[in-house]
Amino acid sequence: MTETGLQPETLDLDPAPVGPERDLMNKFDGLIGERQALLDSGVIDPFAIVMQQVTSPTEAVIDGRDTILLGTYNYMGMTFDPDVIAAGHAALDDFGSGTNGSRMLNGTFRDHMEVEQALRDFYGVTGAIVFSTGYMANLGMISTLVGKGEYVILDADSHASIYDGCKQGVAEIVRFRHNSVEDLDKRLGRLPTEAGKLVVLEGVYSMLGDVAPLKEMVAVAKKHGAMVLSDEAHSMGFYGPNGRGVYEAQGCEGDVDFVVGTFSKSVGTVGGFCVSNHPKFEAIRLACRAYIFTASLPPSVVATAAASIRKLMTADAKRAQLWKNAAHLHGGLKSLGFRLGTEQPDSAIVAVILDDQEQAVRMWQGLLVSGLYVNMARPPATPAGTFLLRCSLCAEHSDAQIARVIGMFEAVGKAVGAI
Amino acid sequence: MSDRQSIFDAVKAQIEPFNKKGVPITDATTFQGDLEWDSLTVMDFVASIEDEFDIIITMNMQAEIENVGQLVDAVAKLRDN
Repeated sequence: MTETGLQPETLDLDPAPVGPERDLMNKFDGLIGERQALLDSGVIDPFAIVMQQVTSPTEAVIDGRDTILLGTYNYMGMTFDPDVIAAGHAALDDFGSGTNGSRMLNGTFRDHMEVEQALRDFYGVTGAIVFSTGYMANLGMISTLVGKGEYVILDADSHASIYDGCKQGVAEIVRFRHNSVEDLDKRLGRLPTEAGKLVVLEGVYSMLGDVAPLKEMVAVAKKHGAMVLSDEAHSMGFYGPNGRGVYEAQGCEGDVDFVVGTFSKSVGTVGGFCVSNHPKFEAIRLACRAYIFTASLPPSVVATAAASIRKLMTADAKRAQLWKNAAHLHGGLKSLGFRLGTEQPDSAIVAVILDDQEQAVRMWQGLLVSGLYVNMARPPATPAGTFLLRCSLCAEHSDAQIARVIGMFEAVGKAVGAI
Repeated sequence: MSDRQSIFDAVKAQIEPFNKKGVPITDATTFQGDLEWDSLTVMDFVASIEDEFDIIITMNMQAEIENVGQLVDAVAKLRDN
């Protein structure tokens, strides 16, 4: 009998229930009410879409309907590539369904090493570290790189994963106005000269699909002695001579210290990474909690990623088709009179700006029942309180599909009074 | 006029373009509760205060500032540094 076993029974077997005034779930009443009001208006819930079947990179069955996918970030259409799928099958057969462990302990298999080598080859760098998601790559890199008394300087329209990386860390956080080189310069100039600084930028901002003036921003960062991290999640595969991203297209490869990316967009699976030429880069593996305290990616995922990345190195025809598709859709919607997020087709995202939530939901639903899926985006994810229908193109969209998409936008846009 | 009063007046002038409801501005006026600003408005306002006084109000500091008086005190402290 242990000593504990001899203690008198003091456990209250019938504890008082938590009073309604202390119910932690009460804070969500506003959200619950807002969602209920939306559903009560009779619309399909935009945030509860189920893909019953996915038949190609550009087509799925939703609610029994054949639907063109125009909101998936599957930019290079690699998800059904036969070589990619074969690599995944082989890894499943040879290494099983999962790793059951951290990269640091038992979770590094042959293909984790192979995908990091594929990244080094793709980006032409000495260092590559793979994380379990793109979100965790930003979370881990930012919170680990920048310590107490140092500064993260970020664009106001940064992705949630960048903001959350800041929150997880202990650095001082400074924001500048979206894509403003002058605003970045002013703020860097007000910070203590001797303190370590990381400027965090994105090649393409995913809400409006606008591109950052990276060349000018990186030059300003370097003038003030700051290091630079560029998130190239929405540019991998189709900007620059080697498809490395906006930073390559604008010729600032020598001055960007860290590039963060994801496998869940152009690569066509899931996972995140950071690449760098810094001689001490490997130390991140020893210090980064988002890398250490989580399970590594399944072998089939890293095998498909490696196969896909190697094919993206020479995917010139896909790149050309993707840019052609972006120009086709952008031009078509613009000539119909829609207000778009960018004047020119600067990226593979075409954001249609609508007046308010009601119009956005009606438009989104009209397109869905016509057989077209786009993303609906609303504040606080969107800049300046806008309501967006966000279209993201795929290299596998055919000219005929884009023409049909433009036709659906015309019909539904007129029906809801958006054009 | 005291230095604090001049900072208060300058902050109040910066609030006005964002004060859609015409809320009277005192030290106790809160940004979220009284002015009902969302996070985007707060961001624009903070940027204009930073430029007015040539200072940086980090997001860490912003998290501690709930009312106008706290902002005026923070600006006074940051300007002295």
